[in-house]
Amino acid sequence: MLCQNCNQKNATVHYTKIINGEVDELHLCDECAKGIDDFDTSFSFHKLLTGLIDSVQTEAMERQDSDIKCSFCGLGYREFKKTGRFGCANCYNSFKGKLIPLLKGIHGHNTHVGKVPKRANQDIIRRREIDRLREELDLLVAREAFEEAAVLRDKIKELEDQLDRG
Amino acid sequence: MVKWLDNTGVEKDVVVSTRIRIARNLKGYRFPPRMSIEESGKLTEKVLNAMKDFSGNGDYRFIKMNNLSSLDKMAFIEGHIISPGLIQKPDYSSFLLRNDENITIMINEEDHLRIQSLLPGLNFERGWELCNKVDDFLEENLDFAFHENFGYLTCCPTNAGTGLRASVMVHIPSIVMTGYINSLIQGLNKIGLAVRGIYGEGSKAVGNLYQVSNQTTLGDREEIIIEKLNNILHQIINKERAARRTLLEDRKDEIKDRVFRSLGLLKYSRIINSKEAMVHLSNVRLGREMGIIDGIEYDDITKLIIEIQPATIQKSAGQDLAKEERDVKRAELLRKRI
Repeated sequence: MLCQNCNQKNATVHYTKIINGEVDELHLCDECAKGIDDFDTSFSFHKLLTGLIDSVQTEAMERQDSDIKCSFCGLGYREFKKTGRFGCANCYNSFKGKLIPLLKGIHGHNTHVGKVPKRANQDIIRRREIDRLREELDLLVAREAFEEAAVLRDKIKELEDQLDRG
Repeated sequence: MVKWLDNTGVEKDVVVSTRIRIARNLKGYRFPPRMSIEESGKLTEKVLNAMKDFSGNGDYRFIKMNNLSSLDKMAFIEGHIISPGLIQKPDYSSFLLRNDENITIMINEEDHLRIQSLLPGLNFERGWELCNKVDDFLEENLDFAFHENFGYLTCCPTNAGTGLRASVMVHIPSIVMTGYINSLIQGLNKIGLAVRGIYGEGSKAVGNLYQVSNQTTLGDREEIIIEKLNNILHQIINKERAARRTLLEDRKDEIKDRVFRSLGLLKYSRIINSKEAMVHLSNVRLGREMGIIDGIEYDDITKLIIEIQPATIQKSAGQDLAKEERDVKRAELLRKRI
């Protein structure tokens, strides 16, 4: 088969694009394939990422786009979409509504369960500790280690009280 | 050169090195791509102050990017001491390097801080311990940008959460030779692991060396991210070893020929470019891995792989060299060491 673009060389790259059920086929030679934006062989992570940002956009969001700017660094959501980079930590607050689906798209999750900085808000640290102790408690109960479990239960209660008092 | 190799590590017949890095940012400062030069100076000062009392863990040198020649910068990248991203804005960036070169703290790369540990062979446990210790110390003195749900906040959303990227360099010639490599890469991608060439994103795989790393950083605890990668890695190690056994049985003469030809080329060449040298070093390493040759250590080959890179070779020659001169120097170095 000859390349659809130059009609001179043999087509070595066969490319099928399916968007919303619409099938588009391309048969190209190596050189012509390099010139097509759609078929960038150096599939950079950056391109994938910015593509993902677009895919979590709904039309309603699109309309508001021009309005959203980070209150600390001034970065607009549009600019973020182009670069895939936040301007500052506050961008996470400013663009919060859009971030949950984006992070879920990238990581498959949207909630951090790892390390918490020592100087973070005490409540966060307490809530994490409670989660961790509850997991431990479940294990103890499963092992029927009830005495140890009782100690742990009291500890959880105490932490919960501290949380309530804020 | 290449001090970080003087350390323990296991599974060295397949795993060349283990690198872990965590990304951290300070509250109240714009991220490096958007910060002013004054802001970057203040932030650097603040980090240096916080590190001042970090004692009992080896001494650190502070190196400013704009004090380095372009050769020095490239040599640090070739040695995996710093990332290519750190030289993008030299007026903003600097790094702290522990004397044994096992830890680098990069300041104002894409994030304010990138804490990296680098060890030979497979050594996740020690690597994480090293990073975590520096992080523990710094977070007592600095306010890190953190969100209860999103975790550590990073410039790129792909690093948010733990900010942790664990990356292992593997030498897997037999997986490549038996044609299993493409399905391995696809399989790894499917389970959320990235496979790259030896100098990171976008770099080509040379010398049968690949970097395997976690792609996602949010939703699992640090220890779990590392454990998952560790488990997969052991599968890769076993696969490579099995492929070596098969190759040695089925294609013994061909493999031996390949190893000894490469050994001859490295021993006697007078002009050799880095790509060709990488190919032959890979074959010699394979010979050692299969027990066809001995008398050369895995870490010595790793050292050579770094020392024959363009900037590192010019640095040890003490001067800028044209390409042809480098190829001569490289052949000289290889003859001396093989």
